[in-house]
Amino acid sequence: MYKWLLITRYLRTRYIALASIISVMLGVATLIVVNSVMTGFGQEMHNRLHGILSDIVLSSYDLNGLPDADAHKQEIRRILGDEVEGMTAIVQVPAMLNFQFDGQWHTFQVNLIGIDEETYAQVSDFSGYLLHPENQRQMSFLLRENGYGPDRQDLPDSGWTRRRAQAEYNKILRQQQLLQSPVGGQLESPGSEPEPPAPPDFAEPGIGEEIPLPPFGLDEGELEENITVEFDEATEQYTGIVLGISICSIRSRDTDGEVHDYFLCAPGDDVQLTFPNSGRPPRAVSDNFTVVDLYESKMSEYDSSFAFVPLSRLQALRGMIDQDKQVAHVSAIQIKLRPGADLNKARDLLQARFPALEYGYRIETWRDMQGPLLSAVQLETTILNILLFLIIAVAGFGILATFFMIVVEKTRDIGILKSLGAPSNGVMLIFVGYGLALGITGAGIGIVLGLVFVHNINQVADMIGWITGREIFDPTIYYFQEIPVIVSPMAISLVGIGSVLIAVLASLLPARKAARLHPVEALRYE
Amino acid sequence: MSSVRTDQGKPVLGRPAPHQQNRPSSVGAASPGLLTASGLVKTYHKDKVAIPVLRGTDFEVQEGEFLSIVGQSGSGKSTLLHLLATLDQPDEGEIYFEDNRIDCLPAASRDILRNRYFGMIFQFYHLLPELSTLENVLMPLMIQFGAIKYWWKARWHRERARQLLDMLGLSHRLNHRPGELSGGEMQRAAIARSLMAQPKILLADEPTGNLDQAAGQEIMTILRSLNEQQNLTIVMVTHDHQIARQSDRIVRLAEGRVEGS
Repeated sequence: MYKWLLITRYLRTRYIALASIISVMLGVATLIVVNSVMTGFGQEMHNRLHGILSDIVLSSYDLNGLPDADAHKQEIRRILGDEVEGMTAIVQVPAMLNFQFDGQWHTFQVNLIGIDEETYAQVSDFSGYLLHPENQRQMSFLLRENGYGPDRQDLPDSGWTRRRAQAEYNKILRQQQLLQSPVGGQLESPGSEPEPPAPPDFAEPGIGEEIPLPPFGLDEGELEENITVEFDEATEQYTGIVLGISICSIRSRDTDGEVHDYFLCAPGDDVQLTFPNSGRPPRAVSDNFTVVDLYESKMSEYDSSFAFVPLSRLQALRGMIDQDKQVAHVSAIQIKLRPGADLNKARDLLQARFPALEYGYRIETWRDMQGPLLSAVQLETTILNILLFLIIAVAGFGILATFFMIVVEKTRDIGILKSLGAPSNGVMLIFVGYGLALGITGAGIGIVLGLVFVHNINQVADMIGWITGREIFDPTIYYFQEIPVIVSPMAISLVGIGSVLIAVLASLLPARKAARLHPVEALRYE
Repeated sequence: MSSVRTDQGKPVLGRPAPHQQNRPSSVGAASPGLLTASGLVKTYHKDKVAIPVLRGTDFEVQEGEFLSIVGQSGSGKSTLLHLLATLDQPDEGEIYFEDNRIDCLPAASRDILRNRYFGMIFQFYHLLPELSTLENVLMPLMIQFGAIKYWWKARWHRERARQLLDMLGLSHRLNHRPGELSGGEMQRAAIARSLMAQPKILLADEPTGNLDQAAGQEIMTILRSLNEQQNLTIVMVTHDHQIARQSDRIVRLAEGRVEGS
């Protein structure tokens, strides 16, 4: 009874202990905030990496890919059985993208991926990252009327609305050029500015230029058809392409400091792609495409390099279809397993079936593919946690020093208690209990403070940004609208218990010293 | 010894042990004292220098007696009182309480002895500054009982503490901290605390040493009254012969030995 009375009274009257409480509180709050933010970042990155990569990817080292995707799929299903939830084949090839903006042609290097719109969404979160709500429900390479990115104010009118307006504009432009031309537009009027050099229309081969022969031959009839039939851009589209949002937009601040996306091209615009065919040696193949949607995974690596086109069209253009056997080559097969499936085991089974030396296939889980990045984030989180826990350890040493001071200050009281018959372990328990109370109070307030901070982290970041004049969480860098946080009850429990334990351990030594004080010496202490 | 018992009824001091045996009959007189000591030797050491304080001191106080120990500074008065109160242990010699040896009891038993059988008051009052007067007085019972047992009878304990403080004229100071009391009031509060556990003997170390004459006399009147009305045995250390004269018997200490009484 006397122990609790003295502990509560010391808590209320010893202001020196307040310093210990504050140090524990700040340590715990910081640890919770950093842990929640790091977990949030990690989880967000995890979701995005996994969202685009499916569970296991079986890919060919050869750019021309592996033959007969259907036969491979059947074999994979036979090996993995019910573990397989979905599969899709893709063709992946480096490409150059050209499009016109403000009268200038712009060229970008992209990672061109041919996907099967029916099955690709089954193995990844691809659809969820598209801007048009209809495409999010069911992906299609056909242009939509409008309504892209309803929550994006910066996106200009897109889809057929944009395309028709553009066609109308082009039509007027052509008519003006014809009127200004003295001989049917053959010669430019003097003084007119020369048109910027445009890349050749690759859909139409140049004079004397041969189309490179792929191994299985191009469908030249189809190509010829494209050349001869007149194309009405107001009512027709080229093959659809989905572009990563960072390929065709620039994120920057306006003069007021507001972050905006400036779009160089939008759904409804036409672009040109150039990529290698599967011939020996590879030759450049080009074709026109119409942007049908934009892809925003918020992973800058993907958003700034990925472009998606229909698988069959890319296979045809690259000459990956064997006309005789009616078998198409693919670069990779992406496999989605049922939730909870052992990815490593499935990978090992496939590696055993398709040895790398024999088949030349690379079989990896999504974790294997993004291993270095995930490991770096994990390592960063671990190191931060250790460093921050050291803050609490420092607070523990603060408690140790404070307690030694309190024991010295309370030496006479200890003598009084012993003269009244208080046992040594009772005296010890007063100080251990005092440490426990400090730890619980500090950790308790720290947890509440940390949770309040985490709950309002975006407002706090804004406020700090406003005070310092420098944005803490720059959306032009992170591509997050808000700081992602995940509060883990387990982490909070561990931080709370750990800090209370440190406080108790720090009080043990001074408490032992107090318990060992000789009552007569303590009573005489001045 | 049957009278000294723990709460569970087990004797604290009664079981004879190699170090804890009854006083030999030859040592005791016809009426053995409540608290006796024989041949006490205590030497303090500081920087390898031995400072002998008690050099074979014999002492005895009868039940109901009011005894004063007087002597010059450094004569060993306070050391003798501390040994009698089991706050310290002698290098040599034996101490008996109610015919049982107590100087070499284990620490836990000595704690119980101090808590329940001995009341102590000091020159500098030694009240706990964070607690109110009432809480200071209740402290011996808080130490004696566990939290649940204390709360079970908390009302009764508080009532008894109030009665004691009322008896000593401190009923208006129940919730005041020691820092808010005068020297005389603090010493009266310390007396109330020492009486709370209904001790068999009161050991007072210079109880008037820090008080003016009037306040000192007031304390002596209280002690005298406790001795006479409640038959409380009191051993008081003082260097003031005027104060000592108010007791039944005076023991003089000089250079660690009893000179006479």
